[in-house]
Amino acid sequence: MLTKRIIPCLDIKDGRTVKGVNFVDLRDAGDPVELAKQYADIGADELVFLDISATLEDRATTLDMVLHVAEQVNIPFTVGGGISSVEDVDALLQCGADKVSINSSAVKRPDLVNELSDKFGSQCVVVAIDAKEVDGQWKVYLAGGSIPTEIDLFEWAKEVEERGAGEILFTSMNHDGTKNGFANKALARLSEELNIPIIASGGAGNIQHFIDTFKEGKSDAALAASVFHFGEIPIPDLKKDLKANNIEVRL
Amino acid sequence: MKLVIINYGAGNIKSIQFAFKRLGIDAILSNDPDEILAADKIIFPGVGEASSAMAMLQNSGLNKLIPTLKQPVLGICLGMQLLCESTEEGNTKGLGIFRTKVKRFTNDVKVPQMGWNVIKDLKSDLFSGIKENEYMYLVHSYYAEHCGETIAKTDYGINYASALQHDNFYGVQFHPEKSSLAGAKILQNFLDL
Repeated sequence: MLTKRIIPCLDIKDGRTVKGVNFVDLRDAGDPVELAKQYADIGADELVFLDISATLEDRATTLDMVLHVAEQVNIPFTVGGGISSVEDVDALLQCGADKVSINSSAVKRPDLVNELSDKFGSQCVVVAIDAKEVDGQWKVYLAGGSIPTEIDLFEWAKEVEERGAGEILFTSMNHDGTKNGFANKALARLSEELNIPIIASGGAGNIQHFIDTFKEGKSDAALAASVFHFGEIPIPDLKKDLKANNIEVRL
Repeated sequence: MKLVIINYGAGNIKSIQFAFKRLGIDAILSNDPDEILAADKIIFPGVGEASSAMAMLQNSGLNKLIPTLKQPVLGICLGMQLLCESTEEGNTKGLGIFRTKVKRFTNDVKVPQMGWNVIKDLKSDLFSGIKENEYMYLVHSYYAEHCGETIAKTDYGINYASALQHDNFYGVQFHPEKSSLAGAKILQNFLDL
């Protein structure tokens, strides 16, 4: 049976991991390659690198980092952040990234989703959506959640599926950073209305939250950052508990 | 050991090259027939859409060369699918090595299948030292139907051939280069054939 995936997310700036990372046995917590290898060794199923660099120079450093990750890490990884053209994606895939994730650039120019899936295949196109529920309506936000739009989450998700997205990475801004659990109601609706995998993001605080998002949220994968980076939820323990709750995972 | 990865423009071959580098082998990327013929082992990769990948093979004449190869050849993902008789993707005729057809998953399951699934009923030296129900990383929307050449099976809505073998031709639907230590073991087994 296809297993549910556990995906740590690393923020990258200037080729280095940012945000506090407090990981056992790391010589250099800022080295994305070393961190990625550690995660691969303890059973992470995939990795996401989110490039939060502001300048083009920094993005060149990111390409170099992607190359080093691909060289040394034996599980799949996605790179997101600042990607807005076929050329951007070509460069990342040439360096060995397995998938790319696009967000605001897809909203600004939806044809980008078609262009990428036509050229590289749906399997490497992840569309990330940040959304917030206000008065019962889920609206899409841009630029890391700072710019509101009138776009409906479910309509947008359906549209990008039709345009060739291979996967949706949905972050609930209502839940992100709260450690109160994932947005399972919206996730379940996405899973029912779409026929591509859905990655849950935002709200992971304890193991029960992962159990809930796989059962109630019908998520195909769950992404988190700080609970993994600070060792609050060790991935081997998480997977053991998921298995004990009859959720298929790779052990 | 001279290992050539056929480079015909289809998809991410860097990962495969790096996976062999981790095993201590510097693979050559090439679409040159002489270089391919001189190899001890050959990888036939492929990611993307079937009909355009087949068009790229035809443009370089590799569609004629590949079926004549006598060395061990390992098709990975779309590479495996193109070694079959045909695929529903783009209604494409394959190279006809494996006597089976490639079909699209029905919408009873999410398409693409993306993630880790198990391989079982393993038959072939390619899987020497690999346990039944080992996890492999898969990303695909089309699958090969079973035939007498099935050497591994996977369930996703239906039970299909996740690996095939015909004489010196091997094909795996999963990505051994992205499947952790067990995947690396399969690549090492291929080198040891």
